[in-house]
Amino acid sequence: MRKYLLKRIFYLFLTLFIVATVTFFLMKLMPGTPLQNEAKLTPSEKAAILAQYGLDKPVWLQYFIYIGGIFKGSLGLSFQFSDQAVSYIIGSRMGPSMQLGGQALIVGIIFGIILGAIGAIRKDTWADRLATVLSILGIAVPSFVLAILLQYYLGLKTGWFPVAGWSGFAYTILPTLALAASPLAETARFIRTDMVDVLSSDYIELAKAKGLSKFGIVYHHALRNSLIPMVTLIGPLAAALMTGSMVVENIFSVPGIGEQFVKSILVNDYPTIMGVTIFYSALLCLLLLLTDIVYGIIDPRIRLSGNGD
Amino acid sequence: MAENPSNIEIKPGDFEPLDKQAGPDNERIAAPSLTFSQDVWRRLKSNKTAFVSFIVIVFMFLVAFGGQAVYHVDPNAQAPKYANLPPKLPGVNIHGLNGHLTQSGQDVDAYAQAGAKSDIHYILGTDYLGRDLLARIMYGTRISLLIALIATLIDLTVGVGFGILSGWKGGRVDLFMQRVIEILSSIPQLVVMVLMATAFTKTGMASIIAAIAITGWTTMARLTRAQTLQLKNQDFILAARTLGESAPKIAWKHLLPNLSSVIIIQTMFTIPSAIFFEAFLSYIGIGISSPQASLGTLISDGQKNFQFLPYQMWYPAIVLIILMLAFNLLGDGMRDAFDPKSKR
Repeated sequence: MRKYLLKRIFYLFLTLFIVATVTFFLMKLMPGTPLQNEAKLTPSEKAAILAQYGLDKPVWLQYFIYIGGIFKGSLGLSFQFSDQAVSYIIGSRMGPSMQLGGQALIVGIIFGIILGAIGAIRKDTWADRLATVLSILGIAVPSFVLAILLQYYLGLKTGWFPVAGWSGFAYTILPTLALAASPLAETARFIRTDMVDVLSSDYIELAKAKGLSKFGIVYHHALRNSLIPMVTLIGPLAAALMTGSMVVENIFSVPGIGEQFVKSILVNDYPTIMGVTIFYSALLCLLLLLTDIVYGIIDPRIRLSGNGD
Repeated sequence: MAENPSNIEIKPGDFEPLDKQAGPDNERIAAPSLTFSQDVWRRLKSNKTAFVSFIVIVFMFLVAFGGQAVYHVDPNAQAPKYANLPPKLPGVNIHGLNGHLTQSGQDVDAYAQAGAKSDIHYILGTDYLGRDLLARIMYGTRISLLIALIATLIDLTVGVGFGILSGWKGGRVDLFMQRVIEILSSIPQLVVMVLMATAFTKTGMASIIAAIAITGWTTMARLTRAQTLQLKNQDFILAARTLGESAPKIAWKHLLPNLSSVIIIQTMFTIPSAIFFEAFLSYIGIGISSPQASLGTLISDGQKNFQFLPYQMWYPAIVLIILMLAFNLLGDGMRDAFDPKSKR
């Protein structure tokens, strides 16, 4: 177990190192400087600004400074907001993103489980078909389309929820719904497939033969066994939420990381792009590692071993 | 009659050869033998949802790639005079399709307002520059399908090739290749897409294709590797090796046919995700850029006027949703059809 963990952590750092390196050199290939109103600046002013960003040094030195900085938690200075550190920008915008992501995950997983369980229990009935249609729609309707529709029909037209902004719980409802659609659909599909298998297994037959109530069987026996493999969904779901947050935060003007990321891309704020890229990769890597550890703990059939496969 | 069996005397004359044709032939195969593609087709037809999805996809391909032969309209031709005209079908008088708009509570004939002659009609209306929306949607769908085809191609070449090689070689090569996949797949696909889009300085297709080439094939490689590992120790492969068949030929003639169901199913799930990412990137403004049209840019453009001219976003969005639905449902159907465990 320890050997396995050490190995995984080594690969985690290797992955992040590769991501950081590739990102760094890709961004160095790009045109663009932190200079604003370049024509108005005198050469000495330009030099001073470039020195502030460390851009006066040769590229290889900049690279080592950047990589070294990551270990100290520094991700450089933003081009867009003259004197703000990228790590500060990410830190100050993490709250709304985490809240939205967390809420969407909770809503998505809970309703996904319910939808999936209904589909499995009432297999091949109208309820199953309805659940399947809903979950397939959740996958087929892109989050940005759903967000626009929710914003217009539930926000602007009916006035039930605030259209955009970030000042209170009411403001989180629509973006949460828009973000939750994809995790909900994924969970529902996963649970349904898994539970159909579980429900036809011997120990469920035994539980039925013993005369347990339908709810008891589903809740105590079927659902518990279906939930274990759900842990493996965490990684893909987190990745989907990151993708979704970029557009959903933008549409609802939520001051989160995703919104900042899109802005930075559009104005070529390279240090921020690099910082968010590394942040997202680190987050996903950590989640994947956690997933594997948790899976090993809750499912004794899985043994984590040092030799990978 | 209690005769001791060991005392029975058997003479050669006790036996007589049986006529081959006379008895029931246990070796006979009653059903006509089907080739792989025939089998796929048969299973596909038996699954209604998947079959309908298949027809829809074929229809989309026909319209997207062949539509211009029938509908000669330049998707980039601007007509500022006729900007923002709602859909109008000749002879149809349903609100929403008759060229009328509801402006501040009143029903207005937008075509008359714009001074359009009575023989001018845009089937799906026009956008803010007076470009024909139907032509643009057809163009955008073509881009989506093109991306889908490219993603499939990369999946089939890089993904399958990588997987088979990794599984077949085993040992150190396999270990190294698996680490490569592990690293590639723990980078969020979104991040790669964004990096590529920024690196290619926002020149549309190239960045999307590059991003798919980097990350799109890892799942396929994983699946084919796992299958190859199982297959390579089976008797028919061992026989082929013993008979001196070369490795590429074994891969082509013996492995691939046995991998085909896994490959086909995975392809069906690669396609919608590629289509989604193209639309997503174009929507946030770093994928396909104007004057080219993509479903993502059309939705993004339409969104600006959604309150007053909802058709400008609805139509591209509906086409995108139908595409995603059709590919997902076809994928599901294929998986059920190929999976011997699934009960129908």
